[in-house]
Amino acid sequence: MEMINCKINGIAVSVPKGATILEAAREAGVDIPTLCYLKEINEIGACRICVVEATGARGLVTACVYPVTEGMEVKTNTPKVQNARKINLELILSTHEKKCLSCVRSQDCELQTLCRDYGVEDSGKYDGFKPQYELDLSAPHLVRDNNKCILCRRCVAACEKQYVHVIGANDRGIDTHIGTPFEKQLDDVPCVSCGQCTVVCPTGALREKDNTDEVWEAIADPSKHVVVQTAPSIRATLGECFGMPIGTNVEGKMVAALRRLGFDKVFDTDFGADLTIVEEATEFIDRVKNGGVLPMITSCSPGWVKFAEYYYPELLEHLSSCKSPQQMVGAVIKTYYAQKNNIDPNDIVVVSIMPCTAKKFEVGRDDQSAAGVPDVDIALTTRELGRMIMRAGIDFVNLPDEQFDNPLSDDTGAAVIFGSTGGVMEAALRTANDLLTGKDNKDVEYKEVRGTAGLKEAVYNIAGIEVKVAVASGIENANYIMSRIKDGTADWHFIEIMCCPGGCVNGGGQPLQPASVRNFVDLTSLRAKALYEQDKAMKIRKSHKSPAIKKVYEEFFEKYGSHKAHEILHTSYVGRKKYR
Amino acid sequence: MQKKISKIPFKGTAEQEQKLKEVIDKYCDDQSRLMMVMQEAQDIYGYLPFEVQLMIADGMNVPLEKVYGIATFYSQFSLSPKGDYDISVCMGTACYVKGAGEIFERISQKLGIGADECTEDGKFSITACRCIGACGLAPVMTINDDVYGRLTPDDVDDILAKYANKA
Repeated sequence: MEMINCKINGIAVSVPKGATILEAAREAGVDIPTLCYLKEINEIGACRICVVEATGARGLVTACVYPVTEGMEVKTNTPKVQNARKINLELILSTHEKKCLSCVRSQDCELQTLCRDYGVEDSGKYDGFKPQYELDLSAPHLVRDNNKCILCRRCVAACEKQYVHVIGANDRGIDTHIGTPFEKQLDDVPCVSCGQCTVVCPTGALREKDNTDEVWEAIADPSKHVVVQTAPSIRATLGECFGMPIGTNVEGKMVAALRRLGFDKVFDTDFGADLTIVEEATEFIDRVKNGGVLPMITSCSPGWVKFAEYYYPELLEHLSSCKSPQQMVGAVIKTYYAQKNNIDPNDIVVVSIMPCTAKKFEVGRDDQSAAGVPDVDIALTTRELGRMIMRAGIDFVNLPDEQFDNPLSDDTGAAVIFGSTGGVMEAALRTANDLLTGKDNKDVEYKEVRGTAGLKEAVYNIAGIEVKVAVASGIENANYIMSRIKDGTADWHFIEIMCCPGGCVNGGGQPLQPASVRNFVDLTSLRAKALYEQDKAMKIRKSHKSPAIKKVYEEFFEKYGSHKAHEILHTSYVGRKKYR
Repeated sequence: MQKKISKIPFKGTAEQEQKLKEVIDKYCDDQSRLMMVMQEAQDIYGYLPFEVQLMIADGMNVPLEKVYGIATFYSQFSLSPKGDYDISVCMGTACYVKGAGEIFERISQKLGIGADECTEDGKFSITACRCIGACGLAPVMTINDDVYGRLTPDDVDDILAKYANKA
């Protein structure tokens, strides 16, 4: 590889040809601030916060896109550079709604941080014409507030990367704004609700719809039995809200915090994941044996399901009819658990803590009301839970470890890995292998489907049957899979699809990390590692071996795929009109 | 100003659709021809309403937002149809100093529409155009092929009435 020698603030470094000043500076241990830059997906040099002085260049250059040349000397912190950055920030502020005190992003806003770092004192220096935008509150999962938008286009890049592309820059000049086609409400365009835009937004312009007030009210209402469930991936990410290292497993502290918030019961969505697996594996075996529609595709990820409903309505019978783990837990709480404890399902409030903004959409879907009332009442993101814990004054980091409540606990390693791409497939294979061979197979690791690659394929021999599987994460890869099924070139039998790249650990509801971290740290792998480590350390690593699962079938559902199980744990899908 | 989106119902014909399909078929293998297709579509329909942009997006296999982003960026594209009577008020220097702004304002008030918009009955549309070279008659406007010069705001009502009463 051809190497380029250059100097950053006098520090000599050697970097591969084509490397940018930003990358070379990182090599030299020098941090250059950025705002619009997102590695590989938004390299447009638009915000000009990363400007530096470089020999051989005319004027200041944008470090994020400017390649280093042999012998180049770069200065990243001269008064000229600092002044230019400050003016750029003041110009950005000229159209920014500065309601920082009441902004959900206060203290983790990348713009606010930069303004502080560069000593922007007079935030109204270039006050002039300020376009006013109405808030878009149409979608159940997020709020679009263009008054706080700085036009960095990170959200557009994320949406485009997700192959959804329902937002982009409309109009021009001072009127330029991020909008949808024909300025439609977000709910009237084929947004899959993945929330990846909220994760990359540097300010408060895109944020999840906050449902925490409803939860506080429910907890305070003595007539309500308020039950909470937490998705597999939350234990691997919640710690980040409290400054803990990325990939710290905080399961015990999380349970303790939820109990201190006042929830009557703290259940684990892992129970629903195990339930999903036994039902889904049963459905898969049935499809294989009885000539059902193949390939069968998982249906845990509501963003993916919504995408299929918009773009491939003719292929919906490929989706497993299983509800997602979140909905299964809700359904079991409002039927089995309610009956067992003699509680009216109308008095139960099921709150779920999810890595996902699309879960807010899923709770309102049709055919998700096993007991005649919605299976799940309120879906919160990891971020919202973090804010609740903070508001309650709970010292999260120093909490003791506590256990989930019975009966919906006893999770398995299979359920824990649901939070990562490939996890559902591996869990299903563990169970399908046992069910088909009638044995307790010792080999439970299916490493071919692990890892953060967007598309993985493998062939397994299970009880003499050759099973071809595929695992896709990110809508771009999901679309590839579907286009193959559509044109008849797909020979897979079983496919796992997750909406967000890397699966739920990288979900749209997960804790925010600034671009300075996202650009250089593999968040997805670090978070997933915590889950696979927990799986490895667990005694029970197969869903059907979970005592809680055995019990619920003995006492309630009778057998896998029973009529009752179908009524309570399965659902249906509808083709959706893309534009309304 | 943001481009105004017309609320007038789409009245495309099968013949227009066929023409657009031919254009798309010709260029659909090359997404870099998107703007060319949009230009030809505007020639066919006179503007680029939702239905037309969706046909282009699907045909060229690009997201609708991409088409819409381009349509709102370039001033040559219109989201509003032209009326039966298309009024152009000259905003060239001579006309402007002779009060073309007031003429435009009066028409706009009278019809209840702004620049590049069309009345709901589809009868009138207005544009503020560049110098049409009839500076001696300033301020000037044209309605389709008819030219009106040396205008005062008070002339507007009578002129518009003439067209409003036409079939």
